[in-house]
Amino acid sequence: MKKAKPNPKANRNILLITYLIVGLFIGMSVYLGYFIQVQSEDVINNPYNSARLNSFEERVVRGKILSDDGSILAETIISENGTETRNYPQGDLFSHVVGYSSMGKTGIESLANYYLLSSHINPFTKAMDQLADKKSDGDTVVTTLDKTMQSIAYEALGDRKGAVIAMEPGTGKVLAMVSKPTFDPNLIDEQWEDLVNGDQTEARLLNRATQGLYPPGSTFKIITALQYMREHPGMYNDYRFGCDGIYEFQRFTIQCYHKTAHGEQDFEAAFANSCNGAFSSLGQELDLTGLKHLSEQLLFNCEQPISIPYSKSMYVMEDGAKEWEIAQTVIGQGSTLMTPMHNLMLTSAIANGGMLMQPYLIERVENINGEIVKQFMPAQYGELMTATEAKGLQILLERVVTDGTGSALRTEAYSVAGKTGSAEFEKGKETHAWFVGYAPAENPEIAVCVIVEEGGSGGKAAAPIARQMFDAYLLH
Amino acid sequence: MTNLIVEISRYLIILLIAIYTYYNFRFFSMKNEEDRNYACSRQLVCMFMLHFLANLLIVLNTKSEELILFYGMQVLFFVCYLSLSKFFYKKISRLLLNNICMLLGTGFIILTRLNPERAMRQFLIVVVSAVVTWIIPFIIDRVWQLVKLAWLYGILGVLILAFVCIAGNTSFGAQLSLTVGGISVQPSEFVKISFVFFAAARLYRSTKFKDVAITTVIAALHVVILVLSRDLGSALIFFITYLFMLFVATSNWLYLGAGVMSGSAAAAAAYNLFSHVRRRVEAWRDPWADIDDKGYQVTQGLFAMGTGGWFGLGLYQGMPQKIPVVDKDFVFAAISEELGVIYALCLLFICVGCFMQFMIIAVKMQAMFYKLIAFGLGIMYITQVFLTVGGVVKFIPSTGVTLPFVSYGGSSVLATFVLFNVIQGLYILKRTEEEEYEEG
Repeated sequence: MKKAKPNPKANRNILLITYLIVGLFIGMSVYLGYFIQVQSEDVINNPYNSARLNSFEERVVRGKILSDDGSILAETIISENGTETRNYPQGDLFSHVVGYSSMGKTGIESLANYYLLSSHINPFTKAMDQLADKKSDGDTVVTTLDKTMQSIAYEALGDRKGAVIAMEPGTGKVLAMVSKPTFDPNLIDEQWEDLVNGDQTEARLLNRATQGLYPPGSTFKIITALQYMREHPGMYNDYRFGCDGIYEFQRFTIQCYHKTAHGEQDFEAAFANSCNGAFSSLGQELDLTGLKHLSEQLLFNCEQPISIPYSKSMYVMEDGAKEWEIAQTVIGQGSTLMTPMHNLMLTSAIANGGMLMQPYLIERVENINGEIVKQFMPAQYGELMTATEAKGLQILLERVVTDGTGSALRTEAYSVAGKTGSAEFEKGKETHAWFVGYAPAENPEIAVCVIVEEGGSGGKAAAPIARQMFDAYLLH
Repeated sequence: MTNLIVEISRYLIILLIAIYTYYNFRFFSMKNEEDRNYACSRQLVCMFMLHFLANLLIVLNTKSEELILFYGMQVLFFVCYLSLSKFFYKKISRLLLNNICMLLGTGFIILTRLNPERAMRQFLIVVVSAVVTWIIPFIIDRVWQLVKLAWLYGILGVLILAFVCIAGNTSFGAQLSLTVGGISVQPSEFVKISFVFFAAARLYRSTKFKDVAITTVIAALHVVILVLSRDLGSALIFFITYLFMLFVATSNWLYLGAGVMSGSAAAAAAYNLFSHVRRRVEAWRDPWADIDDKGYQVTQGLFAMGTGGWFGLGLYQGMPQKIPVVDKDFVFAAISEELGVIYALCLLFICVGCFMQFMIIAVKMQAMFYKLIAFGLGIMYITQVFLTVGGVVKFIPSTGVTLPFVSYGGSSVLATFVLFNVIQGLYILKRTEEEEYEEG
């Protein structure tokens, strides 16, 4: 075979391509390394990966779940013959938020599954455990939940169906989350059949706080008011409306609650008194595309930053809707639906100057000896509205308590801002009672959302529960 | 006690492959023959220790005496293969030889863990392949007439692919294999090699525009038939290989640019024409959106690697069987899950080490024909590695190709043996040349 001359150009190109490809492989390795080091923990803690995580149970005793003051919310007890049972010392007090782990996993049991099944004891003990064929102790998950607040919410709701949630608006820490009716997680296996197939109206397994979809009623006026403020910057208080208890237009009538005549109303008064006539009337003028856009900005029809299972809130009204639909929708009737947790997030964002902090339930993860493995920090989700808009809404919410439907929260000890709601959901039944609010109004430390199903008026049924929560948190 | 052995060997295995990989790259900066031999001997020590530890774990877990015997046979094979190769081919590349054993060894370990029956079948194929391809370096070294058979390679390749496209069995939506006497054969694996020979022989002859055009038409015919067989992974490998070979043969940037553009256009067309291409792309973009169906394989792979972490869960401690096609396309995920991501990355860089060795040979070869063969086979090999691993780690959409020497599959093993032995032949040829030069 004849010998060609060495080809420097070809060799240069071969080397060029070689470097390119080696570079590509280094890039791919970095990508994989980033996935393992940074992303994998969130990725693998997925219900679709439960089989793998559950296999950790062969080597690790599922860790404890604690409240923020160290009370045990869930623990695994090993009997003498070695069988493990998950015990919930608080009974049904934390049933939905802590969840259960034997019939599938829910609540924090599911959210923190990976941490509970990881063991960060020191390597020597671990080696000794392995030598002795003994399981290692799983890590402890310390939640943000406050046992006192949870108990007060639980007691205050009593036998009524509904939900009470409290969080710190400045951090996103969830302090309490109660949903009624409850179930006893200790008896979940025995009662499973009944819980799943029994009385469907009870829906005891449903976490109403994050999964219950309700018409927002007058709490939606916060959003309507914000849209009106956006369309009339600086001059929205010029609005006037004469209320005689029944607002008639064309062939429709809109009633105020119990047909109360509010008389001459300006914008703030109409909001404070929750005057349906005034809002239905001003709603007719609103830019409906803008209102839909605003709703979606405020997390309707989209994913929300909630780490446990939740339902998406729904807002459907489009531009071109008829007068009746508008009149209903702007006062929170119509086909709009939202969860209590969503309502609480909106209230928290207003309290926090427009910035929504991501709600979180896990404070930190510790190993069995109490050494911190992982600490969770408050994180901003995003600005839902401008600081000016939040300020405007804060003034409206304060007036609700000082001059309007929130009179149950009037006290010398601290100031409250909030909004009541009484949402009709079925003809002939009592309305669902809502209250969302925060305190102290000038420097918010806690935000609360209450819903009492068929509780009647928000001011009478829901606001007093919020009052108890504020008292306990602020006067403690 | 067993637990402690399991724990310690888990880390030891990682340490051993890390040392092995270190020598693999250290080797390139060694000039001295003695140093190089020393590095290669060290590598073998690591390889055999690692292989022993992993098989110890396998036997401890399965308590199977059959698998002890299987381990013994593997060791016997490696010892014979290494020593006989070195005995018959004095100038053989020891580094490549070691790498072949390391890749095969890892393949045996993970396949035994996943499915011992398949592992034994694989072993049988490996032994047969090693024996029948043993003669290849000899042929490459002596028979220079290979360069004259360009049309034979080209026509044979097209005919075989066309036949498979028409008469092949369908698996995972692609016509890939033929069943001959009860054995399923995947002819495209072998056409890969004839294709490189075809392109090398043609491009060596002439790089005039007219000849290049004819060569390109035949090469494109290969690719088109593969696309019609819906074997898009192979089509992509053929395309990239030819494009780079053409570029190196002609040093013409215009060809490269035109190739890249037509390739992108073809990719866009494939995306719009074929639903299975769209599926793969969507599964890559956001596997979580359709975790039950499209994204299932990718997410299971990510779960496996993520749960395994840097150090792995240990052999038999994970659930690699949950990943669809784990012993072929997704073997990298199974290795990551149980042996650790560090192990898997070392393995990846052993493949890159092989590729670099191929490229060094390509650079050193004087004759353009040999240069192009070494280069073309190297590109073919590394593209396949990139596509399979990239697909598993979600770096690129998954294309359904296998990891050479590691994944289960007879045709792939035989074809990869042919590929490595052709390269060995070129390496021997070069060293003989160098020695003659020094003596002369």
